[in-house]
Amino acid sequence: MNAAWLPLTTLATSLFAAVIIFSLPEEARRVRTYINLLAAVAKILLVIVMVGRVSEGYEDTFSFQIVGGVDFVLRADALGVMFAGLSSLLWLCTTIYAIGYLEGAANRKRFFGFFSLCVTSTLGIALSGNLFTFLIFYEMLTLSTYPLVVHAGSAKALAAGRVYLRYTLTAGVVLLLGVVLLYSLTNDHSFASEQGLSPYLDDHRGLLTLIFALLVGGLAVKAAMVPLHGWLPRAMVAPAPVSALLHAVAVVKAGAFGILRVIYDLYGIELSVELGVTTVLAVAASITIIYGSLRAIAQEELKPRLAFSTISQVSYVVLGVSLFGPFGTIGALAHLLHQGLMKVTLFFCAGNYAEELGIHRLDEMDGAGKRMPLTSLAFTVGALGMIGLPPTAGFITKWYLGMGAIEADMYWVVAVLVASSTLNAIYFLPIVHRLWFREGPAHGKGQWPKEQSLGRLETHGWLLWPAVLTAVISIGAGLLAGLPFSPLDWATRVAVGEYLP
Amino acid sequence: MIWRFGLYDNTFDPLWMTDWALAAVLLLPMVFGALGAVFRPSRLLPVALACLPILLAGGVMVLDYQQVGLLRWQWEVAGIELTLRLSGLSALMLLITQWTAAAVAVYTPGYLRLTLPNASVRWLWPLMGLLVSALSLIWLAADLLILYAALESMGLAAVGMLLLSGKSAALQAGMRYLLLALVGSLAFLLGVALLMSQWGTLDLIALEARVEPEPLTWVAAALIGAGLALKAALFPLHGWLTPVHENAWTPVSALHAALVIKASLYILMMLWGILLPETLFAPRLVAWLGMLAIVWGGLVAWRADSLKTLIASSTVGQLGYLMVAFPLVLGPNIAPLPLSLAWDGFWLHLMGHALAKAAMFMAAGNLIIATGESSLKALAGTSRRLPLSLLIFGMAAVTLMGLPPSAGFTAKWLLLQSMVLTQQWLAVAALLAGTLLTAAYVFRVFRYSFDETAPRHDYQPLAPGMDAVALCLAVAAFALGLLAHFPLGLLHGGGA
Repeated sequence: MNAAWLPLTTLATSLFAAVIIFSLPEEARRVRTYINLLAAVAKILLVIVMVGRVSEGYEDTFSFQIVGGVDFVLRADALGVMFAGLSSLLWLCTTIYAIGYLEGAANRKRFFGFFSLCVTSTLGIALSGNLFTFLIFYEMLTLSTYPLVVHAGSAKALAAGRVYLRYTLTAGVVLLLGVVLLYSLTNDHSFASEQGLSPYLDDHRGLLTLIFALLVGGLAVKAAMVPLHGWLPRAMVAPAPVSALLHAVAVVKAGAFGILRVIYDLYGIELSVELGVTTVLAVAASITIIYGSLRAIAQEELKPRLAFSTISQVSYVVLGVSLFGPFGTIGALAHLLHQGLMKVTLFFCAGNYAEELGIHRLDEMDGAGKRMPLTSLAFTVGALGMIGLPPTAGFITKWYLGMGAIEADMYWVVAVLVASSTLNAIYFLPIVHRLWFREGPAHGKGQWPKEQSLGRLETHGWLLWPAVLTAVISIGAGLLAGLPFSPLDWATRVAVGEYLP
Repeated sequence: MIWRFGLYDNTFDPLWMTDWALAAVLLLPMVFGALGAVFRPSRLLPVALACLPILLAGGVMVLDYQQVGLLRWQWEVAGIELTLRLSGLSALMLLITQWTAAAVAVYTPGYLRLTLPNASVRWLWPLMGLLVSALSLIWLAADLLILYAALESMGLAAVGMLLLSGKSAALQAGMRYLLLALVGSLAFLLGVALLMSQWGTLDLIALEARVEPEPLTWVAAALIGAGLALKAALFPLHGWLTPVHENAWTPVSALHAALVIKASLYILMMLWGILLPETLFAPRLVAWLGMLAIVWGGLVAWRADSLKTLIASSTVGQLGYLMVAFPLVLGPNIAPLPLSLAWDGFWLHLMGHALAKAAMFMAAGNLIIATGESSLKALAGTSRRLPLSLLIFGMAAVTLMGLPPSAGFTAKWLLLQSMVLTQQWLAVAALLAGTLLTAAYVFRVFRYSFDETAPRHDYQPLAPGMDAVALCLAVAAFALGLLAHFPLGLLHGGGA
């Protein structure tokens, strides 16, 4: 039985939330909060239903014809539901955080309206059943994030928005060209098709490679792969919840997820290996991993350091995809989830330091662990996860990536993994050291740049609890990785589906 | 090619109800326009009530077309046969015209109340009525005489409306437009006269059967083409467009950019389809000019200082997309699949642009009324106070940029696919570059509006419904993109 309403309703919850928020007046703060939370919770419940349906073996599909030969398809398959689960969970956390963060700020209606649109697009990307539908939501994501990036309205924010658009719209055009070429060659090609594009290999090898380059090139801009990453550090001027969402699920992950879709569900892994594109992709991802880490070390401020760390971390996903073999795939998919959880924690904490104590630079962080213990604990969990220490979630993915590299006989990838873990340690451990082991204003030495006491706890509750929650989940994802429905379990299910159809 | 315009003999007699609907479609706009001059409605409701029967009549005609098939009306007046026919394309154009014009009409009372225009305002309604009637007649006409008469009345009504604002700059621009429109009409008339003298018929089907490729036909086609290109503001004959829109009232600009110039383009496509079947050079030339138009229109809009200049220049660029599609629709040796893709894309883009451009002019008009200035700089900080107008502007802009989910995107998709299949890579590049150029000038507007450091000043509140109408048009442009299957089904012959 096909429950076509399910993917559609899941998509519609945040779309309706956006429409209602836009039609409410700016002052209706309380109603807006209710709508936001209600929609976020409803979406999580719907995604849970979808997870249940997928694990029972259904693939609920909603589709209608747009023009001849092109359909709009939403399909809840295992890979899509995985990404949908991540985005809906983090949407709830980020919404709670944003409500606290923007207390008393201007233009909240615009912010939450576009925030909901942004999540709608992300969910649409997750559930797209073919490349055309994917493209629709991918471009919607570009448009709906622009107002969030320039939210502050300062000259710097507007300049960042301009750079962001230059990169993403150009990438969108490249992607569009690739999609049109592919449709001209193969007509509508569903992600659910078992076959991949291998029937076209003999006659159109060059064209297939070109299309692959266009598609992945367009997607790599959002995935911030070097040298197409220039927009990401600049976009850091956005408010903290936006940065969190951009880095953890929305934009960066949309690019990585698109690459996953192209390789697994469009071309098929065998064909990609046959074309030789995966090796190129693995090299590009490795360069990005190392380069991002090196640049992160050079940053003196907290948010830019996290931004370059994202550039490096997201390419783990791409690296895992380009390793031929189930272990690499499991590592890539699990990292998509784990990195999201850990990164969102780190950005929440960075926002908390900035809001509560006015901390932006690294050298201002001395002793902050005493003043804000829970936030600092959460930050430490995230940082250790990024380095890949057990028992955090980050360890699991690095382990599987390493296994995948050995399985694929690509030993240099292991070297890249080791090098990047070392670099991660070099730029994260000093921060952890400063937080806990240096003496600072909390010990009576000097004072915080701009201290505000926002709440009874170490900071405003709406800011604190989301960070703690995501930190707990990211430890849980590592400790309980063996349980059913853990990120690793679901990633394994998807990978098995890819390799043993 | 020509059958796509419904120009073939296999027709049906209309039902009696359709006759009345036809009369209503053609006459009621003029009747209500005249009544508008007498009563001068200042509220939205009476205007909406007046639009209702016209829209209903249009709906009846479309339904009958779907049930019966290609409809034909024929009269003999003083020895001359006059023919009208309702094809799927005419039905679609009729619907777009009526609904866009109704939206503009509903927008107008609020606009007039807020801008307190001069006494000549009473002429607006009859001219608008005449314009809508003439447009409807153009979509239905199947002989050159009616076509010419309708084109002339449309042109004169348009000039009259553009002159109404009474500013000296508007008079100057309007007179120039009048002069050029007359030159265009003369060229068109000359072409028609040549055809009449050579082939002895004004009926389009008969003409199609008799016409032969010879120099005289080509001269006639060139004259008609030049005349219509001038009226449609096709690059490089677009110079009159910007000053005219700069000074006109918002509803007039909206109607003009959305519908009037499209009518000339429609006639051009139809007549060239008859006169120049399977030719290489003329459509190719148009396509080359179209590529230049996309770039030029985009660049001028990018550099524009005033909101209305920006929108008017964007029209030039958007028409470029349509021009680029000419060789795909008219050219020789186009396989059936790319031809049908290009055909769908052409009309979808035309309709999407009509809706979006009208919405954009209205949103811009609202912004100009509210801020009291027409420059882009005056928009600084408006995102806080006028979010809805800006949102509508943005939604219309999405259609113009050709980003999903809009009619502009679906149309661009169809055109791109057709171009890829026929391997016209230069046209592909032009279309994609157009997207980026459009984004460049659209987001310039938003950069100003998001500026939070701008000083505050008081904004004039808008009349009720002014934003809502524009929003409906912008949403319609979105819906047209996602549900393109239904209108395009009508285009493919529907019942026939």
